[in-house]
Parts: sequence; structure tokens; C-alpha cells
Amino acid sequence: MNADIRPIRTPAEQAILASLDAVPAGTDRLADLRRAAARSFEEHGLPHRRVEEWKYTDLRSLMREAVPVAGSAAVAEADARARLLRGVEARRIVIANGAVVPELSDLADLEEGLTLTTLKAAMEAGDEVLSRIGGIVPSRYDASLALNTALSRDGVVITVAPGAKIARPVHVAHVFASAGAAAMYARSLVVVGAGASFTYAESFEGPDGLAYQANSATEFTVGDGAHLDVVRLQEEGASAFHLSTLLFDVGRDSQVHAFTFGLGAAVARTTLYATLSGEDSHVGFNGATLLKGRQHADSTLFLDHQVPGCESRELFKTVLDDNARGVFQGKIVVRQAAQKTDGRMMSRALVLGDEAEMDNKPELEIFADDVQCGHGATCGAIDDELLFYLRARGIPMKEAQSLLVQAFVGEAIETIEHDGLREALVERAEAWLAARA
Amino acid sequence: MAMLDIENLHARIDGEHGKEILKGLSLKVNPGEVHAIMGPNGSGKSTLSYILAGKEDYEVTDGSVTLDGEDLLEMEIDERAAKGVFLAFQYPVEVPGVATMTFLRASLNAQRKKRGEAEISTPDFLRLVKDKAANLGINQDMLRRGVNVGFSGGEKKRAEILQMAILEPKLCVLDETDSGLDIDALKVVSEGVNALRSPDRAMIVITHYQRLLNHIVPDFVHVMNQGRIVRSGGKELALELEANGYAEYQQDAA
Ligand SMILES: Nc1ncnc2c1ncn2[C@@H]1O[C@H](COP(=O)(O)OP(=O)(O)OP(=O)(O)O)[C@@H](O)[C@H]1O
Ligand SMILES: [Mg+2]
Repeated sequence: MNADIRPIRTPAEQAILASLDAVPAGTDRLADLRRAAARSFEEHGLPHRRVEEWKYTDLRSLMREAVPVAGSAAVAEADARARLLRGVEARRIVIANGAVVPELSDLADLEEGLTLTTLKAAMEAGDEVLSRIGGIVPSRYDASLALNTALSRDGVVITVAPGAKIARPVHVAHVFASAGAAAMYARSLVVVGAGASFTYAESFEGPDGLAYQANSATEFTVGDGAHLDVVRLQEEGASAFHLSTLLFDVGRDSQVHAFTFGLGAAVARTTLYATLSGEDSHVGFNGATLLKGRQHADSTLFLDHQVPGCESRELFKTVLDDNARGVFQGKIVVRQAAQKTDGRMMSRALVLGDEAEMDNKPELEIFADDVQCGHGATCGAIDDELLFYLRARGIPMKEAQSLLVQAFVGEAIETIEHDGLREALVERAEAWLAARA
Repeated sequence: MAMLDIENLHARIDGEHGKEILKGLSLKVNPGEVHAIMGPNGSGKSTLSYILAGKEDYEVTDGSVTLDGEDLLEMEIDERAAKGVFLAFQYPVEVPGVATMTFLRASLNAQRKKRGEAEISTPDFLRLVKDKAANLGINQDMLRRGVNVGFSGGEKKRAEILQMAILEPKLCVLDETDSGLDIDALKVVSEGVNALRSPDRAMIVITHYQRLLNHIVPDFVHVMNQGRIVRSGGKELALELEANGYAEYQQDAA
């Protein structure tokens, strides 16, 4: 191949490249990371279907619009649009167009052991905690994460002191609040100290009919014996593009649970990375995705078992109506040292629409010899026998379907420990079903 | 006018070369009556019950079924239920993830709504379920589980009768409700069924065993073979069948 031949840049790529010109100079580690990320994007561009990890979500062809980076949002506008999880008793932080809105954020009166600041403030202060950013490096170039690294300017930075038990969740509400389509980037960091426990919730929303792009990345460092619960709700506007990354570095004897709930966006891709670097930990990644119309949603997981004796459990449920397209990719890597690993991954899809489609790609890569690992994937329609039973008792078709869909996703939602968040997600699932009926 | 009027019903498995299962079945059931249907395995008893309930695996090729003069075969499955048709299944399915209480309430309210009645209030509903469940020996733990999930064979049958007691249908079709029940449970369930006998309710009781009919005493007994009713009589016919089996009918049909 001739190195002089450059691939043709799509309009979206050109817009992103133009945004990258604004990546600031600087000599600190973060500035270096950013420049490296920008360079890698310049080199690789948006991934397409010949890039293994993006085979089913061809960003180059899906991301058509060229949009600028969003400017700051009006406070009132952001407040009016950020509706999700408002009923949940939580410390609420609002990030509008990628920047924390202090007027709408509960940054004061922090519980003992909880430190919460904005990424912007932490960078200005040269906060030492930022050395954790970029701690987990995906084995392959990840365009979504690289763009986030290069272009994010704000987000939240949370530290939970060792041993602190923070009962009240922190809810970071991401919202797009501009009149024209634009791109927003937010980067957050959560460091949970040894023996601490913490619940972190994220939500994403924005107006329908605007092809805005949301890109978020959150890194979690989980100390030894810590307990972290993450719950995220993605209800972006119907024309939006949602790219997000969650990265977990898991210490020993710890418990990490993450639940991702996806309902919105025209195209969504959520990637979860977990590095199990401490022995005897448990990681549970669960999720539910409800899709209709021509929505496309991709959940991709990478679990890297580096040490012995860890357990990982994944259960992802996808409901596909109309012409929707769902993607599940999950890869469990068990390193040679990671003996006694117990990993189980399951993806189940329920197809309601005649034209809907699901792609499942679970994978195991095992280098240790004494492990218990398994994966499975199913894809099917609602069971006619069950439907008949419910209808024979007088329950109309749509309602019977709703009960069975609720039961289907309920199995995954049930895994959420926090009552308020679990109930809020059940309510969102019900709302989705009610809109369908 | 009969409550249920089945005339010369022919039905086959849906699909191009579907086997014919009902081959000219006629039966009239009046309010207040209890009809028992007996017959060898595979004679089409469950098929008849499914067709009454509206299962879509069958195609009716001839004949008619009316409920209070209305064409039953034209109605949607849930509409039939709202009109008072109830099938206690031979093999009730498990519905994981749908709580029994949610299911009972959704069923009752859906039927009420279709009949233009108000929804039942929460306290009234809880009281209703508690009373009926206690009579049938169904404990709270079972009610907390998913519909039929992890129930024993006998518990599933009891749960069917609980649903029937709550929904108070007009026409009860019981498909081998006695199979899988121990002697005590048979009594409990029969009492539950008998409690529902009333001058304006009718029942079709499908069974293989005369024993059930000692508890639920029928007004009529029918013998079904190869998709037809081949003989009808009073309750003494069940005793005769118990003694002689179906050999004579099977020869006739051959
Ligand atoms: N969905 C179906 N597909 C194929 N064959 C069917 C189907 N339903 C019923 N049949 C066949 O139709 C015949 C009648 O079955 P049915 O279940 O109605 O008999 P039954 O009288 O209830 O028998 P049993 O006493 O064993 O319960 C049987 O030969 C059965 O195999
Ligand atoms: Mg049968």
C-alpha cells in the first residue's frame, strides 16, 4: 500500500478534524494524552465495518452529519430539558453541552469522605487525581474514546475516601440544550477508595429531531474491598448520535455492578471495559435496550481477567420493535495467570418487529487452564403459548405483550440494587411500552 | 336458547395439510348444567377446549359455535374471556417475571373494562384474592411468585381454579383439572368448583376418571371419540365407561 494515499474524509470526519485543531497545547500529562488521541484519530478516522470492533456499527457510514462542537448552554434551557431521574433522591449534577452547570448542580454540603469537583476545576488546579485519567488503555484503538479524550473539556471528578459509605447516589444528568445540532463531549472520573461504597447514576437526554452528537466517557477506579454500583439511562433525542465509554479498573475483593439502560438516540454505541486487576472480585454488567423505528444500538463489552479468582456476570436484554437493529458484542479475556476465573455472559433478544434484526457476538479468549467460562445468545419472538394464556384470561394483545416484555427486561433490571433507581428504570420501561400500545 | 351451541364443528390443525381433529361435533350446554366429556387419549377433547378459548393453531372448516346466540368463533381471544369463557388448562404454562397478583389483577380489570365496568379497587382486590386463595389452600408465597413458576403439577391446577373463582366466568371449561391432584387436593378443588355452580353458569368438565364426577356430579356425560361425540347419557354413563373402557366406541369408529 502506498503511504501517500489518504482515505477520503467524510464530512463528519472533516468536521471532527476541524474541531481537533482546538486541542490546546500544554506540557502536562493530560495535554499529551489529548494530543496523542487527536493524532490517532487523524490517522485512523472513524471506524468502519472492516474494523472488527465496529463491524456492526459502521460509524463512518452512520455518522453523516458534520457538526461543530457545542457552545455553552443557557441555564434555564438546560434545567427545562434535564428531566430524567428527577424523582430519585440523589445528589444531582447537570452537564449541559458537555460542561457542568454549577447553578443546577448540587456541589455543596458533601458527605464526609466524598470529594466532588468538575474536571475543568481539577485541571485548573492541577489536581493530582487526574493522573488516573487514561489509566485503562483499550488494547485496540477506540475512536469513540479517542475523540472523547481529545475533545472533552469538562465532566465530574469524584473521589470517595477509603472506607466511606456514601448512601445517597450521585446522579450526573447529561443534557443537550442547544437550538442547532452540535457535538458535546464529557469526561468524568470516579475514584472509589478501598473499602468504600458508592452509587453513581448517569442519564442522557436531549431534544428529538436534532441530529446532535453526545460523546461521554467515565472512568472508574475501584479500590480493594470497595463496592460500586453504576446505573445509566440513555434516552437521547430520536435523531441523536450517542457514543459512550465506561472504563473500570477493579481492585481485589471488590464488587462492581453496572447497569446500562438504552432507549434513545438514532444510533447508540456503549462500550464497557473492565480490567480485573485484583483477585477475588465480582463484576456484574447488565443491561437492557428497548428499540423501535429505525434505531440502532450497540452494546460492546471487554472484560479482561488478569488475576486469579474473579467472577464476572453479564446479562443483556434487547427488545426490538419495527425495523430496529440491536448489536451485542462481548469479549471475555482470561489471561494465563487468571486461574479459577468464573465468567458467564448472556445476551437475549426479543424481536417484536418483522423487520427488526439482532447481531450477537459473544467471545471467549482463554489462556488459563483452570477456569469456568461460558457464554450464550438467544434471539426470538414472544412465546405464543404465553401470549395465548394471558389473552385467554381477558388481557388484550398489546397489554399481554407489554407484560411479557416487562418480564423479559425485568430480569435484568431486577439486578439493580438501589431501590429508587431500579424503580425509576422500571417506570421508564413501562413508559416505553405504553407509548407502543 | 342454549348458552353454548356447538353445531357440526369441523376443525383441523392450521396449515396446508393440517390433520382434521374435530369431525362434526355437536353439543348444547344450557345455563346451570354441568357436562362431562370423557374419551380416549387423542380423541380431540383438549382441541375442543382450545377452539372454544380461541387458540390460533386450529382452523375451523365447518360448523358453528355460539355463546348466548353470538358467534364465538368470530371473537378475539380476550373478547371471549370477557364474555365469560374460561378454560382451565390441562397444562398451565409458567410465566416467569409476571407476578401472580399482577396477572390476576390485569385479567380481572381487562375483563371488567371490556364489559364497561369500573376497575376493582386495591383493597377489594386483595380481599377477594385472599378469600379465594384460602379456600383453595393457596398460600401467600405462591401468590408472590411468577404465574405458575415453580408450582407443582397439583398447585398449577389449584391456581387455575383460583383464577376461575376470581374471574367468575359464565362458561367454565375444565380440561383434566383432576390429573396430578392428590386425593385431598381433588376434594379441595372439587369444592372450589362446586362453589361456583349456579343456575346461570355452565361447566364442561373433561376428565378420564369417574372419581372426579363423584365430587362434581354432572348432569350429562358425553363420550368423545375421533373428533365427535359418539354417545351421551346421564352420570351413570361414567360408571359404565369406568367398567368397560372405550373399546366398543373405538370399534364403531374404525
Ligand atoms: N397443535 C397440534 N399439532 C399437531 N397435532 C395436534 C395439535 N393439537 C392436537 N393435535 C393432535 O390432535 C389429536 C387430538 O389431541 P387432543 O389434545 O385434543 O386430545 P385429547 O382428547 O385432549 O387427549 P388426552 O386425553 O391425551 O388429553 C391428537 O392426535 C394430537 O396429537
Ligand atoms: Mg387433552
